[in-house]
Amino acid sequence: MHMADALISPIVGGTMWAASAGVAVYSIKKIQSDLDQKKIPLMGVMGAFIFAAQMINFSIPATGSSGHLGGGMLLSVLLGPYAGFLTMASVLAIQALFFADGGLLAYGCNVFNLGFFTCFIAYPLIYKQIMRRGYTPARMFGAAMLSAIIGLQLGAFGVVLETLFSGKTELPFNTFVLLMQPIHLAIGVVEGLVTVAVVGFIWKARPEIIENASLGKALGSISIKKVITGLVVVALITGGIFSWFASSHPDGLEWSMFKTAGVEELKTSDGIHQTAGEIQEKTAFLPDYGFKAAETVTEQSAAESEEAWPAVNVGTSVSGVIGGTLTLVLACIIGFSISIVKRRGKVGAA
Amino acid sequence: MAGIIQSLYEIRFLDELAEKRTVIHNIHPLAKLLTTMIYLVVVVSFDKYEISGLLPLVFYPIVVIALAEIPLLPILKRMLLVVPFALGIGAFNPIFDHRIVFATDWFVLTGGWVSFFSIIIKSILTVLAALTVIATTGMGRISSALRLLRVPRVFVLQLLLTYRYISVLMAEVARVLRAYHMRAPLHKGVRPGAWGSLAGNLLIRTFERAQNVYQAMVLRGFTGEYKTGSAQRITMTDILYLIGWTFFFAASRLFDIPALMGSLVTGVVK
Repeated sequence: MHMADALISPIVGGTMWAASAGVAVYSIKKIQSDLDQKKIPLMGVMGAFIFAAQMINFSIPATGSSGHLGGGMLLSVLLGPYAGFLTMASVLAIQALFFADGGLLAYGCNVFNLGFFTCFIAYPLIYKQIMRRGYTPARMFGAAMLSAIIGLQLGAFGVVLETLFSGKTELPFNTFVLLMQPIHLAIGVVEGLVTVAVVGFIWKARPEIIENASLGKALGSISIKKVITGLVVVALITGGIFSWFASSHPDGLEWSMFKTAGVEELKTSDGIHQTAGEIQEKTAFLPDYGFKAAETVTEQSAAESEEAWPAVNVGTSVSGVIGGTLTLVLACIIGFSISIVKRRGKVGAA
Repeated sequence: MAGIIQSLYEIRFLDELAEKRTVIHNIHPLAKLLTTMIYLVVVVSFDKYEISGLLPLVFYPIVVIALAEIPLLPILKRMLLVVPFALGIGAFNPIFDHRIVFATDWFVLTGGWVSFFSIIIKSILTVLAALTVIATTGMGRISSALRLLRVPRVFVLQLLLTYRYISVLMAEVARVLRAYHMRAPLHKGVRPGAWGSLAGNLLIRTFERAQNVYQAMVLRGFTGEYKTGSAQRITMTDILYLIGWTFFFAASRLFDIPALMGSLVTGVVK
């Protein structure tokens, strides 16, 4: 569920970068105040562990398939929420850089979806609450399962919202939610089961590791009042930014809001497109782009009369196609020329 | 199993590429990082129905890849592996968006297909840009750029440590899995009974390793700061690199260059 750059808009990417950076700075402050230097290597090596453990396939009985660990929940159980969040952030950074798994611009979204929801919502509000009265295998099972599932559900919902606010996809809100949440319910169950198995094993073999973490000695405990205040602030800020942003990109937002309200069915979305088109026409950055103008035309009117397309001028399209092809050919020629010149230079030097 | 070996191989492959010395490798990491971020913002800022305006931006990855002598095939292979997620979501556009933007007697182009192609192009460009920055810079120098951007040292330090130990732990996981699968042939994955002990043992070893690492670091004089011993200075070339590309990206964003070129050509032909 790593978000890709191609699906987000700069404003959503930027907002989520800012939100994640804010949480990271806060976490760093918290761990620095009660951190002994020892914990830095622990965080680093734990990050590497999560990275490697994600490659283990755990076979799921009776399904014939296998799942793997995400690790967000395990990190917060073992390191506490702050260090867990920072460790997750560095794992995601390396995935984005080396595997292009999740984009660099979408990095803020990914850190928030996979780190914030598990470490700052699921862990303090669910896991810690259930585990407060001490460890029993049943309690731990419930706590780890529930928090892993809810953490992933929130993360998946984050993906849905960020994608829709970006307005690059036509997927309606309902369909997208129905697509994402059940898949992540299954992923969450596997995540929960693996977390339970690992934490249970550690509890038997090296109880002090988890005891320290659950007592808040690991790397600082978290105050729920602060979490809720923080959430309200984040909600207000994102609400403000998104509503401003909504006016410049009405498509995704309006459509999804419309769908949430359930006023109209899928097939008859022309009306909203028309209004969307009108608003977009007024606010468009470069209003005289061919495709943008065409957007305001509804399907019926297009089918009725060919003259109704204001922007599709065959001459412009032909020159666009020729120009586009020329651009690509030119880019390839330049690329090849550089390689050839470089190779010749090397042969000459040798 | 094959996945781990492949990932390990890919990390080392990119590391090796980053060790080359070319014009691009010599550019200051901060200039490269900023150029990449500006590039990504410009690419994704295009309207969802934009195609031709995006095309000139292909110059950036092509020129950088050629100048940095990065072999094209492995990068393209990597790109093909990650693009499907964006494509999977984008593939819904033709289903939901039927507004006709262009039609002849035998061919109809809907808005959904246009936005889908736009997503494909954006995916290719953004993934290429992300991979080239690491292939020409390397983790160590990216970290020094992050320090220059005032990213807290705790974060940079543990990012570097995570990166450093990924290959160690992946090799260990690969060994553990090989041992497991030799004892449990024909099993697709690790059976539930062994989930806790297999991953848990690895985790305990990880904790012990972290302790050893810390003691070794202290013995070598670790005081909380990661010292690289070399600080590259920002030169005029680096500033020009950043300004030059930014100028090009801005021009591509503001003017539809292919359309201008096309009308020039069709004008000449007429």
